[in-house]
Amino acid sequence: MVSITIDGRRVKVREGATILQASRENDIYIPTLCDDPRLEPYGGCRLCLVQIKGMARPVTACTTPVSEGMIVETTNDEIEDLRRTIVELLLSDHPNDCMVCEKAGDCTLQELAYFYNIRKNRFYGERRQYAERDGNPFIERDMEKCILCGKCVRVCSEVQGVSAIEIAYRGFSAKVCPPFEKDLDCEFCGQCVSVCPTGALMGKLSMGKGRQKDIEKVESVCPYCGCGCNITLHVARNEVIRVSSRPDSLNEGWLCVKGRFGFKFNSSPDRLKHPLIKRNGRFEEASWDEALDYVAQRLGEIKDRYGADAIAGLSSARCTNEENYLFQKFMRAAVGTNNVDHCARY
Amino acid sequence: MAMQEGSIVVKVCMGTGGIAAGGAAVVSAFREEFESAGVRASVEKNCSVHNVGCRGFCARDVLVDVIVGGEKTTYEYIKSDMVPRIVEEHILQGRPIEEWVVKEDYHTFHEKQVKVVLSDCGEVDPEDIESYVGRGGYSALEKVLATMTPEETIGLIKDSGLRGRGGAGFPAGLKWEFARKAAGEPKYLICNADEGDPGAFMDRSIIEGNPHSVIEGMVIGAYAIGARKGYVYIRAEYPLAVERLQIALDQARRRRVLGDDIGGRGFDFDIRIKLGAGAFVCGEETALIASIEGNRGMPRAKPPFPAQKGLWGKPTVINNVETLANVPYIVRNGAGWFAQFGTEKSKGTKVFALTGKVKNSGLIEVPLGISLREIIYDIGGGIEGGRRLKAVQTGGPSGGCITNEMIDIAVDYESLAKAGSIVGSGGMVVMDETDCMVNIAKYFLEFTQAESCGKCVPCRIGTKRLLEILQRITDGRGRPGDVELLEKLSNDVRSASLCGLGQTAPNPVLSTLRYFRNEYEAHIHEKRCPAGVCKNLLTYSILEEFCKGCTMCARVCPAGAIVGEKKKPHKIIEEICVKCGACFEICKFKAVKKG
Amino acid sequence: MQETLEKILQTYHESEGNVISLLQEIEESFGYLPEDAINWFSEQLDIPPSRFYGIATFYAQFHLKPRGENIITACCGTACHVKGAEKLINSLMRELQIPSGEDTSEDRKFTVEKVNCVGACSIAPVVIINKEVHGKMTADRLMKEIRKIK
Ligand SMILES: Cc1cc2nc3c(=O)[nH]c(=O)nc-3n(C[C@H](O)[C@H](O)[C@H](O)COP(=O)(O)O)c2cc1C
Ligand code: SF4
Ligand code: SF4
Ligand code: SF4
Ligand code: SF4
Ligand code: SF4
Ligand code: FES
Ligand code: FES
Ligand code: FES
Repeated sequence: MVSITIDGRRVKVREGATILQASRENDIYIPTLCDDPRLEPYGGCRLCLVQIKGMARPVTACTTPVSEGMIVETTNDEIEDLRRTIVELLLSDHPNDCMVCEKAGDCTLQELAYFYNIRKNRFYGERRQYAERDGNPFIERDMEKCILCGKCVRVCSEVQGVSAIEIAYRGFSAKVCPPFEKDLDCEFCGQCVSVCPTGALMGKLSMGKGRQKDIEKVESVCPYCGCGCNITLHVARNEVIRVSSRPDSLNEGWLCVKGRFGFKFNSSPDRLKHPLIKRNGRFEEASWDEALDYVAQRLGEIKDRYGADAIAGLSSARCTNEENYLFQKFMRAAVGTNNVDHCARY
Repeated sequence: MAMQEGSIVVKVCMGTGGIAAGGAAVVSAFREEFESAGVRASVEKNCSVHNVGCRGFCARDVLVDVIVGGEKTTYEYIKSDMVPRIVEEHILQGRPIEEWVVKEDYHTFHEKQVKVVLSDCGEVDPEDIESYVGRGGYSALEKVLATMTPEETIGLIKDSGLRGRGGAGFPAGLKWEFARKAAGEPKYLICNADEGDPGAFMDRSIIEGNPHSVIEGMVIGAYAIGARKGYVYIRAEYPLAVERLQIALDQARRRRVLGDDIGGRGFDFDIRIKLGAGAFVCGEETALIASIEGNRGMPRAKPPFPAQKGLWGKPTVINNVETLANVPYIVRNGAGWFAQFGTEKSKGTKVFALTGKVKNSGLIEVPLGISLREIIYDIGGGIEGGRRLKAVQTGGPSGGCITNEMIDIAVDYESLAKAGSIVGSGGMVVMDETDCMVNIAKYFLEFTQAESCGKCVPCRIGTKRLLEILQRITDGRGRPGDVELLEKLSNDVRSASLCGLGQTAPNPVLSTLRYFRNEYEAHIHEKRCPAGVCKNLLTYSILEEFCKGCTMCARVCPAGAIVGEKKKPHKIIEEICVKCGACFEICKFKAVKKG
Repeated sequence: MQETLEKILQTYHESEGNVISLLQEIEESFGYLPEDAINWFSEQLDIPPSRFYGIATFYAQFHLKPRGENIITACCGTACHVKGAEKLINSLMRELQIPSGEDTSEDRKFTVEKVNCVGACSIAPVVIINKEVHGKMTADRLMKEIRKIK
């Protein structure tokens, strides 16, 4: 542990921690755009600039490790002035579309503009403009709103191991894009969408489905597989319009394409809501008791006639471990066969 | 190139400048003449032609030294068709050709210079290691390996006061010491030959003229810090330098001053060349490392510094070409010898690329602390065309300008910094009264803006906005308040940017604002470019009383903006004129007025 | 093409190459970076194509489109700038009828590129025509040189 002083408060922090981590652990707020605690530090947005006593120029809190006796000032007129300039510069190359932007209300850039009360921008000039839309099925990529924080690129490579996107070109022309600027063709895990601080990356399925104020967040568990990722359902007008996941969950906020974008089934009219029994060549609705009795009866008949090994069981990866345990127990003890398998056991 | 008693030696300039002026043809002309004229037989002496590297005065190329019996005559502006006469009259008949011999200014150009790193450039054949060895080359390495510990070597460099010549001026010995003490193996030594400053060519000339001095410096440095592997990161735009370096590396390996078990003393060190691919920002240390690792050249925040965590996360020293090329001479002659040049805090000499509106442009090496006046007037021969000096830009796009009034300033790290500029890598561009300072600032911003890597916001968007403001000022669309905005944004970009590129990009703006604010204001408030450079603020007109009606202007005007009958005064139609200035240049009677 | 690619791959393995040196070899062999070539290497080396693309667009040396038969490189470094490089470039573009915003003539005979200092400042302004350095260039001489190869 080392002791440092942040804004006049003496605190003890773990060696090797960054100033930003130390501040967060002590509830001292520093604005950031390119930092994500789950990703490698980047130091690109420069919003987290802080002043260290004895250093000629401000340094970024997200990249600078603490050292014994360090005296940090996270805010003063000079620093706020620099931060303000940075936000204004960002807005001078931004569509400022909040009125129709899907991200409004949940956008870090918008929030910064609000806190710095930027009504009139001192800077103006050329703005990046990209006419082409990405035709992929899941992710709306509006690169005019991209602030080049690089989080999507880092998450795709560091977490997902896919590297489907990269920053291309340089300077003012820099742009996050798939190779050769083709349509995105990847796993569509949507990790990138989840870390994007602006409306540059949005799920296509959620577009136009409701503003932030309409959304009720419901905590749930992903129904697709046994990993049991925690998910947050964004519900508007009794419809799930988006799925996200909290970074403090056991899956650290990461999901796969099914969990993140496969939520449409939830409101599908084709969805099974009752057991069905095939009678006279057609499926007919039945009660649970009816259905279970029917299954038990048929299993008994088959076992009697052909022996237990004529029966096999295949369970689903969407069941929990406990359910799977019970299922194999049932097959072995009740049915009396070892013919039991699981779809994820390849 | 062992020189035989009484032999005849011809040395032909074969740097990029010499080659561009036809050096290769001159060399083969000499060879042919020697063959066919049977010179050897008739003078009964050994004749040889040698390629030598740049001697810094490429404007006079092809420069040729003819050395007969130890007597050296230097010719300038030599073309291959002049060679037969030189051979006939000078070599065979012993009568040098006076009118082709270099003039007085060739000597004054060299007189005030003090050559340390360049002392062998233009003397040795860069493609022949023996020629370097013949002048004491690799004796420093031998001395270090045989008699000095790494710590003693570092101590020697510290004592000499050698500071980095790549820009920041960080003490070289100290940097070596950090890396030596840093934990982690293996360690690396990188020679930074990216030389991105547009208008500077010190490093190119050193590598082209004497690559072995850089290699020797690197091997000594590697021994000092404990590196086994080194890289030279060099611009692909320098093909000749790359080729010569490759030849030199091969020769050095064969001579066992490089590679395994150097000099039989159990020290291993090898060097690889890495070609840059065209990005100025890769001169910045962390970007350079990213580039060697095969990535986009985007800088990262320091700390950790490369000396702690550099290439592949290992302790790494990055030194500039000139820094390293100084090392063998310091070891050979001693720290005290080196420290006698220069000032209290800026020791030794520095190579500058003196260019722009100066009479003798070229590569010069001077002791630090020399006055700018001596450089411009004594070495440079003053301003071209007898015009008035306006300013000197030092440090390239990261630097600033020194005005005519400050001409007596001492050229060293501290004095230039105080004046708002830097020594930088050594670019020195001379500007006269026909240069517009707002335009110059815009030029540099155009450069840095185009070279920004785009990682951080202040540089990516900030330099763009700065450039746009300068653009509108020079276009005549400047608005009240623009100067203040420019100043504010410049300061913010400087403080907030991630790497040296963004941190120094506003310097040319800030320094021209400091010394030439009135020029900015004239552009904005009076819509006038005092130097007559900014196109949109110019009008061309024909002075009736001077115009003879020769029609020359009407003929060259690409826009067809000039009307008038033959032998009668012409007239320029302002609406059509595209302000190319062709008429202004062509008129023999000075009848076209610019303003 | 395949043969050239294999050869480049071999050099890559022999000389501890990286993505940049690989792209340099491809550029050297083809004069630009064909998309197929990049995809092939990406597969062979299991390096995501996005990395190639990111690097190829970062460094000025690389081109994604084929270039002209003749490459004319005009220096725009400081020394050349103050000695009138801009004028030279304008007259070049006019002479070769290269539309603004483009760098290659329509018939793909000429590419005009700008470079920041080739290190021959004392003979500024400098123009490199097909790798040959020409110093102290004037518009007239430049036009003469161009017409020679036109
Ligand atoms: C944008 C930028 C470009 C640079 N370009 C060069 C260069 O071309 N050559 C060089 O030697 N140093 C360059 N430097 C400085 C290097 O980062 C580094 O400080 C230097 O190579 C260290 O060597 P030295 O201590 O021997 O000077 C550059 C720095 C920045 C920020
Ligand atoms: S991304 Fe944010 S700041 Fe930009 S338009 Fe959308 S809500 Fe507004
Ligand atoms: S959806 Fe997943 S795989 Fe696709 S770009 Fe985003 S992070 Fe990468
Ligand atoms: S798309 Fe979003 S996450 Fe990616 S760089 Fe742009 S702003 Fe950052
Ligand atoms: S200052 Fe410019 S060059 Fe340096 S990291 Fe930032 S954007 Fe890149
Ligand atoms: S400046 Fe150019 S366009 Fe204008 S009149 Fe003269 S020649 Fe014609
Ligand atoms: S959060 Fe530190 S630079 Fe972006
Ligand atoms: S090459 Fe001849 S003096 Fe430079
Ligand atoms: S500026 Fe053109 S060669 Fe250096």
